[in-house]
Amino acid sequence: MTRHTLSVLVEDKPGVLTRVASMFARRAFNINSLAVGPTEIVGISRMTVVVDADGDLIEQVTKQLNKLVNVIKIVELVPENSVQRDHILVKVRADAATRLQVTQAADLFRASVVDVSTDSLTIEATGYADKLAALLAVLEPFGIREIVQSGTLAVGRGSRSMSDRALRAS
Amino acid sequence: MSKGTPASPALMAAKSPGHGAQTSSHSGVVSTANQASAVLGPNNVVAPVQMSGSEALVRSLEELGVKDIFGLPGGAILPTYDPLMASDLNHILVRHEQGAGHAAQGYAMVTGEVGVCIATSGPGATNLVTAIMDSHMDSVPLVAITGQVSSSVIGTDAFQEADIVGITMPITKHSYLVTDPNDIPRVLAEAFHLASTGRPGPVLVDVAKDAQVGQMTFSWPPVIDLPGYRPVFRGHSKQLREAARLIREAKKPVLYVGGGVVKANASAELLVLAELTGAPVVTTLMARGAFPDSHDLHVGMPGMHGTVSAVTALQQSDLLITLGARFDDRVTGVLSSFAPHAKVIHADIDPAEISKNRTADVPIVGSLKEIIPDLVTAVKVEFESGGTPNLSDWWAFLGNLRDTYPLGWTEPEDGLMSPQRVISRIGALTGPEGVYAAGVGQHQMWAAQFIKYERPRAWLNSGGAGTMGYSVPAAMGAKVGNPDRVVWAIDGDGCFQMTNQELATCRINNIPIKVAIINNSSLGMVRQWQTLFYNSRYSNTDLNTGHDSIRVPDFVKMADAYDCVGLRCERVEDIDATIEAALAINDRPVIIDFVVSPDAMVWPMVPSGVSNDQIQVARNMTPVWDEED
Repeated sequence: MTRHTLSVLVEDKPGVLTRVASMFARRAFNINSLAVGPTEIVGISRMTVVVDADGDLIEQVTKQLNKLVNVIKIVELVPENSVQRDHILVKVRADAATRLQVTQAADLFRASVVDVSTDSLTIEATGYADKLAALLAVLEPFGIREIVQSGTLAVGRGSRSMSDRALRAS
Repeated sequence: MSKGTPASPALMAAKSPGHGAQTSSHSGVVSTANQASAVLGPNNVVAPVQMSGSEALVRSLEELGVKDIFGLPGGAILPTYDPLMASDLNHILVRHEQGAGHAAQGYAMVTGEVGVCIATSGPGATNLVTAIMDSHMDSVPLVAITGQVSSSVIGTDAFQEADIVGITMPITKHSYLVTDPNDIPRVLAEAFHLASTGRPGPVLVDVAKDAQVGQMTFSWPPVIDLPGYRPVFRGHSKQLREAARLIREAKKPVLYVGGGVVKANASAELLVLAELTGAPVVTTLMARGAFPDSHDLHVGMPGMHGTVSAVTALQQSDLLITLGARFDDRVTGVLSSFAPHAKVIHADIDPAEISKNRTADVPIVGSLKEIIPDLVTAVKVEFESGGTPNLSDWWAFLGNLRDTYPLGWTEPEDGLMSPQRVISRIGALTGPEGVYAAGVGQHQMWAAQFIKYERPRAWLNSGGAGTMGYSVPAAMGAKVGNPDRVVWAIDGDGCFQMTNQELATCRINNIPIKVAIINNSSLGMVRQWQTLFYNSRYSNTDLNTGHDSIRVPDFVKMADAYDCVGLRCERVEDIDATIEAALAINDRPVIIDFVVSPDAMVWPMVPSGVSNDQIQVARNMTPVWDEED
């Protein structure tokens, strides 16, 4: 399966997320991750949808997304031309004996410690999915107690904005 | 289109009811600038005036040009039924909300206008679901208005609360939940715009009770605000030129015509294109009548129960000129073996249909009303520079098939009437100006095969959804939309028992439809499959309504109970006289119980799961192919 990252501008209206998610479910498309949030324009939200799809299927995915009335614009962001980031919070076992090793491991990945207790550390990290997977592999031996991970966020490189043209009409 | 006036196909196609402003747009995109005209109806200007949400709802429907609506009141929609009483809108009180939905579909199919149905919250709304899904599958412009519990109790499992927006999300083109009365005019204008433009479809408007009761300021026209909805109408000129080139080069082209041609009112344009190219035309189940059956270029209906000539034309074609069709599995059979040698031109207003099932070589997105004339122009240019293709070998082959394997039937051995004869006599005695609404099953296929359709919007059926029970309410809606036409419900004994309560609606509201029950005393299509594929083990398909059964219900008595005319016909020699008698009655509905053989089967047939090359003209009889392929 090939991974595709779609940036989708949608109207910020009730039910939009449901419409997108239910369309994916009904058409048997695979969502790898989904992140939603407001944009620089009031009333417009942006979804970053990571889809696993082979061949012509991604074209069908974007066409079906486009049919949703609340969807304004879709752009596929390829890794070479975009910045893509996941965000993760990991709670790791760490007592007095191992705490230093864990913080050093976090340092190597430019992750930061955001909470400490007598027997655990919570680490926050941001990065491309591969980097976060590597971080988790390093932390694993200490004992991972909890993982919370966001969907991928992505933005195109360069000065152009995806919302420029799409929103002039509205 | 004026209601009910007999119109020639050319006249009907020349008009673009409801959304002329959009289809004639040459910009390709509905811009903000012309979205004011996207509001349907006469676009009267109404200065701001105070009223309740329910009054605004009724007023908006009036301003949108709605004349007839089908519905049934209940608690959450009660506020709207009060101003409805004072309105000029013709509200027809149905006996079941599903009937309202299918009636609105039938109305939309014959008029080309948006059909409107209305129901209350909870079970009222869920009873509309089948009709909404049916409209979604067959691209019928429908606006369904439902009451919803007050916004303050939404989410509390209040009495008759159902999340109908959520329930219908996968089967609507779009949907709205209205909780602010000030939104009502805009939402309705948007709903009608969405339902009727682009690829038509159902739009649900769920209105909370407090939004109906609350006060608001009404003005007209509202401003439509749909930044994400920009249907394309004009085909891309480069693709049109490429399509024209393929048409000139093709030796075995076929015009594969789908229901989109009917929806786009593009039959007249299609006739020009067909006669220019000389290519054979096949009309799918949804497109019956989009091209005249009597025309020499017509080779029949393709698909599972299509003619040998139509199925084979597609299979052996080297170029499918696909117009508003969607490569449905009932047409293609096993997709990988469908039309294996053909290049594909695919024109459709919905880009998502193109290359969904079959990859298109030349995709053309747009309205067929615009694309076909543009294609005609491009083909003329091609033919002038490159010569007109010689299709005589192709026609010799297809003509031979058409002559060798015409549609027909063998008389049943049990001495009962053949259903095919009954249906073909109804078509012959009523003629092409009639309207025919079928249910789903064997009788539907026979009605598609043995009635001759000469004009679009004469044939109504549930194609994509296959909804048993569609026929009676759809015929009712069609008769309201076309009161001057003879409207037949060609129904089965199974289908009829699902929605026949609307006979009461028909009788009381003076909607004199004619119902032909093709009574084989069984769920006939299922029985046919049991005969063919389950060793004639008839599990749960005997309905006991016909010959040699206890006849429950007795359809003639039932007609009598509804104060309709009930007739029964059991002998071949009585068929014509019975139909003539029904045609002579116009003051009330007529129900005819045609008692036919349960052993009649629909042929030809492509068994499920095999290539269309395996078409059988009768049981285990496959045509012998010549050396062509």
